Amino acid sequence: MANIMNSLYDMRLLDDLARKETFIHRLHPMVKLVITIVYLIAVVSFDRYEIGALLSFLFYPVLVFAFAELPIASILKRVLLIEPFIIGIGILNPFFDHQLIVIGGITISRGWVTFLSLFIKCGLTVTAALLLIATTGMDRLAGALRMLKIPRLFVLQLLLTYRYISVLMEEVARTLRAYSLRAPAQQGIHRSVWGSLAGQLILRTFERAQRVYQAMCLRGFTGEYLTGVNEKIKTLDVAYLVAWILFFAVARIYNIPMLIGLLITGVIK
Amino acid sequence: MHMADALISPLVGGTMWVVTAGVAAYSMKKIKNDMDEKKIPLMGVMGAFIFAAQMINFTIPGTGSSGHLGGGMLLAILLGPYAGFLTMASVLFIQALFFADGGFLAYGCNVFNLGFFTCFVAYPFIYKWFTRKGYSKKSIMTASMISALIGLQLGAFSVVIETLLSGKTELPFGTFVLLMQPIHLGIGVVEGLVTAAIVSFIWQARPEIIEKSASGDALGSVSIKRVLTTLAIAVLIVGSSLSWFASANPDGLEWSMMKTAGIAELEAPDGIHKTLSSFQSETAFLPGYGFKSAENEPEESTGSEEAWPAVSVGTSVSGLVGSASTLILAALTGLIISMYKRRSSTRNIEA
Repeated sequence: MANIMNSLYDMRLLDDLARKETFIHRLHPMVKLVITIVYLIAVVSFDRYEIGALLSFLFYPVLVFAFAELPIASILKRVLLIEPFIIGIGILNPFFDHQLIVIGGITISRGWVTFLSLFIKCGLTVTAALLLIATTGMDRLAGALRMLKIPRLFVLQLLLTYRYISVLMEEVARTLRAYSLRAPAQQGIHRSVWGSLAGQLILRTFERAQRVYQAMCLRGFTGEYLTGVNEKIKTLDVAYLVAWILFFAVARIYNIPMLIGLLITGVIK
Repeated sequence: MHMADALISPLVGGTMWVVTAGVAAYSMKKIKNDMDEKKIPLMGVMGAFIFAAQMINFTIPGTGSSGHLGGGMLLAILLGPYAGFLTMASVLFIQALFFADGGFLAYGCNVFNLGFFTCFVAYPFIYKWFTRKGYSKKSIMTASMISALIGLQLGAFSVVIETLLSGKTELPFGTFVLLMQPIHLGIGVVEGLVTAAIVSFIWQARPEIIEKSASGDALGSVSIKRVLTTLAIAVLIVGSSLSWFASANPDGLEWSMMKTAGIAELEAPDGIHKTLSSFQSETAFLPGYGFKSAENEPEESTGSEEAWPAVSVGTSVSGLVGSASTLILAALTGLIISMYKRRSSTRNIEA
């Protein structure tokens, strides 16, 4: 119960954030989508022993957070919710990779390096995906998908699913509340009503879908989901895109933190 | 079971994206030809339902714990394989975006693992086989139970393969399989029982929903052979062309070796020839993406891994200093921008 309401709250939070009016939010959705994809590929393409060079990719989320005025805590909380899964898979690395390496005078097993690298990659990729939706919103993102020639049927279906999640989540939450009031001190749904509880919800869902379709037809639905917005790509969008892609390329090819480090240690010497 | 981006290499992620897009395009073509557009809202609303239904706790008798529904098999049974696959794809898309449940690059893998095996393997080959002699409570129960279980097992196995091909974890193949399959056997039993309970309830209440979608009248019958052959060809073409590209442009492990060797060149001129020759033998056949079995470990460490200790203490200190300064720099940039923004917004309010 608490879980379902939390999820609903989370979705609405991202919806609200996407409605902000900052420079980042006003950028063309397709630009943001492309930058996110390039960013993800660049981060993931690093090999499993890399840590230093990955850190320069931290600049992207930091700048987006700052310019889009997003609440860091509530988004990072979600990133941390995902990390345990990665930790579960990565924590065994130190046990399987015993090779020792020396970093700054400390000898550690190479498995810890791969583990840390995996942890950072997970944090960066999850943050980037959440930032995309928090600065774009579902409708505009769907517009970008249409521009990328994703078939109408899929985008339409995606938007309908998204639109009805809150409706059906509330319905499920109501059903569960009614059940828990009649079956106190029970952790979940008892086996005897597994089928009927979920089944009733499905039957209601089918009927709802029929009503939705009829209502859509009455309002002139011809198979196209119209948002009424026709966004054009402006010079600023292109500049933003080019700037980030250049930065990602440089950060991918050169180990920027290493260069900074060489500069600093060189100066000290 | 949802894979995160960090576990995927671009090669595996990209291949699975293309494969999934292919299956989705085929499903869409099928739906357009054979189905009335009434089904589009049904698919959308059912997707939303699966999303909400995943949050219901089903108490597992005798254990005190509870399980959840994944819903892939349920969608296949209620909507048919094509619509079921597409609905699963949109559910996973929203989960990836809003809850970071499964990554964006790994999206292709996730749709394939959770949608393809249920809709295009378990549904036509197992569910249909058990219900071929007509519907009864018993046949529906066994059919949904076993198909959900097998669909999930195949999906879990596919997760193992994709993770190992990506080369992001050190887990040997055997250990990983022994870890994943039994866990998903447990999850699969719950999934199967819940699916069976729901499907048999619906069959009793509204038999036409189950029978119509299975008979293929409304959705067109499944020509699985065509799907599978097209898929196999697509995997071969995409996988081989991408991996050729990957080995032509050293990436991952190779890339790092070349780089570390380049840095170490000044201090250790002897090491570089060895490194480069081992680098060449490594690139021969998808080295970065190969299986890492326990037996190969010692062999590998003699040749290719020499590049590692070759990094001198001096460069690693610079690396540490540089990493720390990068972190500080990034944090400072963020702080300064937010402070500046906050100040200018309060100034606006004052004005």
